[in-house]
Amino acid sequence: MTNQTSRDIAYLRTEDAPVLPPPVDSIGLIGWFKKNILSSMNDFSSFGAAVSSVFYAVLTFGLLYIGLSLLWGLFDFTVLSAVFNDPEGLKRGVCTTVAQGGVAENAVGACWPYVKAKWQLFVYGRYPAEELWRVDLVFIMLAVGILWLIWEKAPFRKWVGLFMLTAYPVIALILLGGGKADYEQSTVGFFLIAGALFYLAGVLGLRDKLGEVLLAFGGGVKVFGIALLVIGLVMLFLSFDYGLEKVATDRWGGLMLTLVVALTGIVASLPIGIVLALGRRSKLPLFRVLSVAYIEFWRGVPLISVLFMSSVMLPLFLPEGTDFDKLLRALIGVALFSSAYMAEVVRGGLQAISKGQYEGAQALGLNANQTNKMIILPQALKIVIPGIVNTFIGLFKDTTLVLIIGLFDLLGIIQNTFADANWATPTTSMTGYLVAGFIFWLFCFGMSRYSIFLEDKLHTGHKR
Amino acid sequence: MKLKQTILAIAGVALAGSLQAATLDDVKAKGHVQCGVSQGLPGFSNTDDAGNWTGIDVDYCRAMAAAIFGDASKVKFTPLSAKERFTALSSGEIDVLSRNTTWTMTRDTQLGLNFAGVLYYDGQGMMVPRELGVTSAKELDGAAICVNTGTTTELNITDYFKSNGMSFELVAFEKSDEVVKAYDSGRCNVFTTDRSGVAAERLKLTNPNDHMVLPEIISKEPLGPVVRQGDDQWFNIAKWTLNAMINAEEMGVDSGNVADMMKSEDPSMQRLLGTSGDFGKEIGLENNWAANIIGMVGNYKEIYEKNVGPDTPLKLQRGVNALWKSGGILYAPPIR
Repeated sequence: MTNQTSRDIAYLRTEDAPVLPPPVDSIGLIGWFKKNILSSMNDFSSFGAAVSSVFYAVLTFGLLYIGLSLLWGLFDFTVLSAVFNDPEGLKRGVCTTVAQGGVAENAVGACWPYVKAKWQLFVYGRYPAEELWRVDLVFIMLAVGILWLIWEKAPFRKWVGLFMLTAYPVIALILLGGGKADYEQSTVGFFLIAGALFYLAGVLGLRDKLGEVLLAFGGGVKVFGIALLVIGLVMLFLSFDYGLEKVATDRWGGLMLTLVVALTGIVASLPIGIVLALGRRSKLPLFRVLSVAYIEFWRGVPLISVLFMSSVMLPLFLPEGTDFDKLLRALIGVALFSSAYMAEVVRGGLQAISKGQYEGAQALGLNANQTNKMIILPQALKIVIPGIVNTFIGLFKDTTLVLIIGLFDLLGIIQNTFADANWATPTTSMTGYLVAGFIFWLFCFGMSRYSIFLEDKLHTGHKR
Repeated sequence: MKLKQTILAIAGVALAGSLQAATLDDVKAKGHVQCGVSQGLPGFSNTDDAGNWTGIDVDYCRAMAAAIFGDASKVKFTPLSAKERFTALSSGEIDVLSRNTTWTMTRDTQLGLNFAGVLYYDGQGMMVPRELGVTSAKELDGAAICVNTGTTTELNITDYFKSNGMSFELVAFEKSDEVVKAYDSGRCNVFTTDRSGVAAERLKLTNPNDHMVLPEIISKEPLGPVVRQGDDQWFNIAKWTLNAMINAEEMGVDSGNVADMMKSEDPSMQRLLGTSGDFGKEIGLENNWAANIIGMVGNYKEIYEKNVGPDTPLKLQRGVNALWKSGGILYAPPIR
């Protein structure tokens, strides 16, 4: 067939039909609705299809109704029937009806003046009012540091990261606590000297100067020495006088305390967890048994009992009158506990690395430390980012358990304010819980989004 | 903590705990009274908008600080749960427990503790909706009752219904906030807790006027401060801090007129305010210890009215907590 013949046939078109817009009911909102909602409920061709259509219709619109009325209820509670201002300082009066002893005409929704009055407590706990700038400074440094690290193009990211992990916690502790800690000089000295000795023994041992045992375990001894040195240095820095008023930890509270507990747990659990995970897969029986025992012990007890033991039982064993800081006890408990969970998450990642990676590393002549540092851990940690962030989020929410030992975290301090008779109304507790829920959601959702971002950025060669 | 003290403390424990350190000396050395309070109970211990502790239990601790240091602010508060409170006291974490604690024989005799007196006479009460049409707890056969779990409240109400041969159904919750919400939404017919608690929770009801408190008080709950056994000096200070506040009300001294009363010629007033005699010195304090309490914190009437009285949202009448002269049962031994 040639072009000539085809042109001769009269009923063949010579030009393309004009492109028509799609039918109105297949595009836009209507189209989306027809395609996604109506398609499951407009088939009445048989009895069975009709039943199923009706079923889906009832289900869809029923759920829609429930969802919308919940949303409307929330909107009504938080905005329409809520009380926003308390110009006359009536406290509970402004949020209660005449029958309840107040001035409102109709039943009241959320009582926002209560949140306004207690906001300082929610955020800072009972921290002294004139020293709040110190907490603000710590918050601002944290926010700037995190934003800096998240922003890909920021300069000096490596140095900022190092600063946030080393100097920042110490600066934050000094700012929050005010320094002037009254540690015994001998205690600080002990940590510094013992740390230095262990470190030296480790370094010399690795150079085969102190016999076989230290040649084998030199690395561990060195790390132990560094840990002791760090504790000693932190104690040393905390005991200087910076001209700040001392604020005892029993006055810390609210969101600030939640962040202190959660961040300590998060920052401490990752390195300890990695060490434990490697220990559990170690070929050396001593390390393996110790790691397994540690992990299984801490996973075997609930966090609430760890905290309870640290607060109720520990003082009975210590000499009478010993004042071992309650917050410190909780922080240590949370860090030890969460690192056991982190260890198992990291171990999952380690097991996902094929044997070939180890063999390849050996073929290149890398030793065990180098293999872990350069080949195994970068891949393993990348795989388990969802698990790690999952643990972080769980830990963040678990911090509310510190209420059991008399520390007022965000949720604890909010519940504590319900006991103020000046603000007792039928909706005070609902308002408070709403605020607590929203703040927790904000932080957990933020962590979750950042984890997705990290996964996207790092998934080189694993995308399916 | 100084090293020497640590060694002394360890030595003390080593000697089978027989060497009780003098609490007063410890308190003076550290410069403040460590006081255990509740984690939040309206009118007894709760935080105000600025985060300061307020309440009748809290003011008692302030009074102790005023008696010891002449400065009511030299006190630190440790919020304690009901489970923790006695351990915290016996381990020395706190010096005095002022946490709406009921004085019972078990607690007084078996826990190594001493009750310094009664700061507030409470008792378990019941609240019912008016539409139920009952006027006495005896008519509550078959009622559903909202209570807190694991409290003596639960035991008391069970005992009461059983001894009166009535059937009932317990609806128990963990937090008092949940209890009152359940009662308000009609899950049960009766709300029960200590009378002071009933007054506080009533503020959270949607229609408080539709509910009434029944006249029966089904238990005795004398709430008072607690100290460790074995340190009589400290026990005396705790006892007489409370007695001084009650005596001050009886004699008409309050924070407003205490300065004038210091010039009083009345011998009993002079003994109370320390212008004659050495009553303060005898218990290890300054002679003006009671004047400091009254001037800085107030007499019993003042702390009652400031925290739970008719002008507060709780609106609790004095009732049995009035002085013996005014029909109550508050009666403090005299200072002489």
